[in-house]
Amino acid sequence: MTVLEFSAAVGAGSFVAGLLGALTGLGGGVVIVPMLSLGFGVDIRYAIGASLVSVIATSSGAAAAYVREGFSNIRLGMFLEIATTVGAMCGAALATRLPSSTIAVVFGLMLLPSALASLRSHGERVSEGEPHPWAARLRLDASYPTETGERPYHVRAVPTGFGLMWVAGVLSGLLGIGSGAFKVLAMDRAMRLPFKVSTTTSNFMIGVTAAASAGIYLGRGYIAPGIVMPVMLGVLAGALLGARVLMHARPKALRIVFGVVIAAMGVEMIASGLSGRI
Amino acid sequence: MRTVHGHGAWSAERTERAIGALLRGGLLFSAAIVLTGGALFLARHGAAAPSYRAFRGEPADLRQVSGIVHAALEGRGRGLIQLGLLLLIATPIARVAFAAVAFALESDRLYTAIALLVLAILLVSLRTGVG
Repeated sequence: MTVLEFSAAVGAGSFVAGLLGALTGLGGGVVIVPMLSLGFGVDIRYAIGASLVSVIATSSGAAAAYVREGFSNIRLGMFLEIATTVGAMCGAALATRLPSSTIAVVFGLMLLPSALASLRSHGERVSEGEPHPWAARLRLDASYPTETGERPYHVRAVPTGFGLMWVAGVLSGLLGIGSGAFKVLAMDRAMRLPFKVSTTTSNFMIGVTAAASAGIYLGRGYIAPGIVMPVMLGVLAGALLGARVLMHARPKALRIVFGVVIAAMGVEMIASGLSGRI
Repeated sequence: MRTVHGHGAWSAERTERAIGALLRGGLLFSAAIVLTGGALFLARHGAAAPSYRAFRGEPADLRQVSGIVHAALEGRGRGLIQLGLLLLIATPIARVAFAAVAFALESDRLYTAIALLVLAILLVSLRTGVG
């Protein structure tokens, strides 16, 4: 295989990843690392570096869409970014110290609950009652638009949410993913935010989190231009098409397929890591 | 209770729309540079065999800002790609800086400070990495 063929194949695979990510709303990041390491035999460090770059690219492209609707809680996102960026730096530092096979196993372990998460549906909730003292101090409580006007909500468990965001950052820095699903889970379950607020605020944070570890990866030589170039361009093209094809719908069937695929990848990554193949 | 939509000329909504435009503009610009670098890279190395199975790390000159800029100016494909990536990484960082300015214009001292803290963390990370 020549460099040209390799680039074309990686570009095509990344295109599919970007397309799926945009259509399911789950992001293509989790697919890129297994695709490169399992599919193309690329060393996992190069794969993670490339995936991290693709996460920044897609989140920057998608950012405008979420902002306009008025759901994302900018103050909350900015406050939580303190935790995610520090976590990302910790994750990147960890990545430079762990052997590839360990990272592969951790990656696979991360994929399994992600697969489950893509299969579950979310109910609407309104959180009323007393505000959390931190939420009041930091003015985190806000409202979101509904057909009947702005509906206020409270932010709960702020310290816990902050801690979980640090973990999300570590995962992002260690595995080259956006950790969007983890962030949404933390905001949805622990901080009890309305679902659309969780998803839009999470998207707001993803690019910044990834940027916090990308510089370190670049400096460590984990980012190979020959790999990142087709990945970045492929994912962007795929995400662009995905956004056009399906504006706001999140087809359930596609999420189920996605969930099954990444579950399979998770098992494969764990097996490869344990057997030393990665 | 405050809502996320502020008041005055720099309402949160208008600010975020500007930030969205900044992000997409930065993305487009960096993608164009990566594409150009990619074309040069493939033209020169397209027929070679890729060797990414073993991790050797990228050459030192492509890991620091000074080396990357130098390589890009020399018209090296890989240098241009790395430069494009640097710009891509800088885009969300610029976004945080922009948000800090927006908070300052709203006279929100607490969140100006928070945004500046996040910015500081990002700049430390960048400096640690690529100098």
